[in-house]
Amino acid sequence: MMDIRDLYQEVILDHSRRPRNFGRLADANCEAEGDNPLCGDRVHIYLRIEGDRVTEARFEGRGCAISMASASLMTDMLRGLALDEVRALFQHFHAVVTHGESAEACDWIDLDKLNVLSGVREYPVRIKCATLAWHTMKAALEGKRTPVRTE
Amino acid sequence: MTDKAAAVRFDPVRARQDFPIFRQPIYGKRLVYLDTAASAQKPRQVIEAIKHCYEAEYANVHRGVYYLSQRASENFEAARETVRSFINAREGREIIFVRGATEAINLVAQTWGRANLTPGDEVLISHIEHHSNIVPWQMLRDQIGCVLRVAPVDDDGALILEEFERLLGPRTRLVAITHMSNALGTITPIAEIIRLAQARGIPVLVDGCQAAPHMDVDVQALGCDFYVFSGHKLYGPSGIGVLYGKAALLEAMPPYQGGGEMIASVTFDKTTFAPIPHKFEAGTPHISGAVGLGAAIDYLRGLDLAAMREHELALMRYASKRLGELNSVRLFGTAADKGAIVSFDVTGIHPHDVGTIIDREGVAVRAGHHCAQPVMDRFNVAATVRASFGLYNTFEDVDALIQGVRRAQEVFAG
Repeated sequence: MMDIRDLYQEVILDHSRRPRNFGRLADANCEAEGDNPLCGDRVHIYLRIEGDRVTEARFEGRGCAISMASASLMTDMLRGLALDEVRALFQHFHAVVTHGESAEACDWIDLDKLNVLSGVREYPVRIKCATLAWHTMKAALEGKRTPVRTE
Repeated sequence: MTDKAAAVRFDPVRARQDFPIFRQPIYGKRLVYLDTAASAQKPRQVIEAIKHCYEAEYANVHRGVYYLSQRASENFEAARETVRSFINAREGREIIFVRGATEAINLVAQTWGRANLTPGDEVLISHIEHHSNIVPWQMLRDQIGCVLRVAPVDDDGALILEEFERLLGPRTRLVAITHMSNALGTITPIAEIIRLAQARGIPVLVDGCQAAPHMDVDVQALGCDFYVFSGHKLYGPSGIGVLYGKAALLEAMPPYQGGGEMIASVTFDKTTFAPIPHKFEAGTPHISGAVGLGAAIDYLRGLDLAAMREHELALMRYASKRLGELNSVRLFGTAADKGAIVSFDVTGIHPHDVGTIIDREGVAVRAGHHCAQPVMDRFNVAATVRASFGLYNTFEDVDALIQGVRRAQEVFAG
């Protein structure tokens, strides 16, 4: 059995205590809201896209340590990525939280940042906490107007 | 008498042995189940009764002329009688078997409500209702244009009776209110509420989901018009619950669902409905569920109920005291009159994280909004951790809870 600290790694606790990129992005041109009705977690993702590149990413929201850390880590990673890289990163993230690691090699970004979230795979009811920000970000890119729901 | 001394008359360790689920360790640890308010564990006596129902006495009810159908019908109706006497209803036909309290409230909203309310009429609820006593009235409001009014609670989570009374107006047609809050444990002054409403000719529906397992319920003494509860919170099976209604009200109400079992005769021109309770029991009922619920009530009655309730309250007081001694723990729901539920949060740690960490210690609690989001809004939190106690819980269980909260604080301290 995993130790509880494999889920609550220091990086996760640090990001949840001091979330990076927290707060509204005034000149966002792409945004979406998501919520997890099961636990009341809410997140609002703001992106600034210029050409085919994310130039700024921020978020607002409230929720558990996992959901806040995931949003914080994600917004950190998104800045500067091309949109097709964002989509590839989403796939990597998905693999990490469901299988523990991504089978695909990746040479354009450090996937270790994602790996700190791999602990959630042992906690099926908590996976949605980790995925909320990512699905909301995806919905923002796809221009969805209705809030994302994890249920 | 101290709390621990009071508990001696009731032996939870012995009662616990009646519950097979406690034989298994969780993550290698002794199971500490503190989520009875969501659903209670089942004693062997209930499990055996359900097994016996299917193995030896099963057939459809109220139909066959053959032996097994008669046995099944007798058992089903015997369960109705057990429920009747448990809540001291005047007559068995005042007990309607439904899927649970949720269905019972929807039934009243859609039959009594639609037949009796007109646009502008008011339904008065309280701020500490479970969603199941909010949403059916909102749906009715959207269908017929009635108005939903909400009686406030104070900072302890206690109903403010003067405000409640003030909200009883000329258009109030129904009071629908909890007997005991699932999120906070607050016990409402239900006898006084009923007296105030009925003095104005207003009927009262009581949500007894949390009260039925933990308090004496006498619907005749209360005089309430409807009383609802679920079997699974009363140590019985899920999928079965009870709507009690005064016979005259039930008789005047239109049926809820149409189908078999609820009719007297059917032609393509006209159907005449069966008398109560069958009018409200369309379709084959949850036969084993009713039998299981009857067995659960029989089981409870075999215990010293007064001592059991004292024990549960002693656990609640002990847990409140121990949690209150921890740093950074806030308690929600501190009304003077409350049942065996403790709701709290830990500063800097989201309730879901607390729940996950203490789960690994074998402690099962509920973390979330407890299907009572307006309560969370009232106290300005998104969620709380809730520990709720049942007859199988011990002081040792509370100690495990405290240990778990300390562990969560350690993990988050890094």
